[in-house]
Amino acid sequence: MGKATLDPSKWVDRYADYLYNYTIAKVNDQILAEDLVQETFLAGLKSASGFKGDASERTWLISILKRKIIDHYRRSNSRKGKAEVKINFTQDGQQEGDWLEERVADAGRINIEEEMQNEELGIAIEECIAKLPEKQARVFRMKTIEGIETEDICKELNITPSNLWVIIHRARTALMSCLEKNWF
Amino acid sequence: MLISCTQALEICNKAQYDEAGSWQIFKLKLHHVYCRNCKAHAGKNGKLTELCSKADLKCMDHQKKEKLKEEIEKKITTDR
Repeated sequence: MGKATLDPSKWVDRYADYLYNYTIAKVNDQILAEDLVQETFLAGLKSASGFKGDASERTWLISILKRKIIDHYRRSNSRKGKAEVKINFTQDGQQEGDWLEERVADAGRINIEEEMQNEELGIAIEECIAKLPEKQARVFRMKTIEGIETEDICKELNITPSNLWVIIHRARTALMSCLEKNWF
Repeated sequence: MLISCTQALEICNKAQYDEAGSWQIFKLKLHHVYCRNCKAHAGKNGKLTELCSKADLKCMDHQKKEKLKEEIEKKITTDR
């Protein structure tokens, strides 16, 4: 197998949504996820000369993103530490709920397992979408994830409705067999 | 009233996006009575729809994407 090469001009179209959903599953914040994806692409551009081509472009970008996510948690953990100290010094320490943890609502605990499973499912689906041919992935995303009307997709991509349904059929069939292998 | 497997598959896909009419759905169900393959496919197709909605997948904001593309292009051209 030949060495993988980088094509940064296609990164956004090919990987932005994949990286975005991966990040949302990890940080649970859409704006932060957008920022981390942006940082990942820019860091990728900076270190492009170090890309050896042993892994695929996507795997390489994901490894950069993972480091960005870890950095984010390191930063926010150190900020949280500071906040705890600050609260202890400013309050008298006698009232209930002085600790930062006690102030945070615990609403998600019951559904946490289900939520985690859905996040893993989201990543599994994204992995499968990433394996589709570019056009199939694009049409599937527009129709299924963005919920764009058939007519509008056809106009934007300059295809007929029958073309669209053939593409959707191929994409869905490929996704079904991919998920059968990787999820069930 | 009887439809081919190709037509059945198209209606089945349209149904996943609520774009199949009730008459089409009727013809699809009738097709499933005598075509096991299409019936099995429809079951899996419905499951895929269910999984996609459960996963609640999102797309990055279009404007943000366009900005990012411009930024990347700019950096590529300045690096050349």
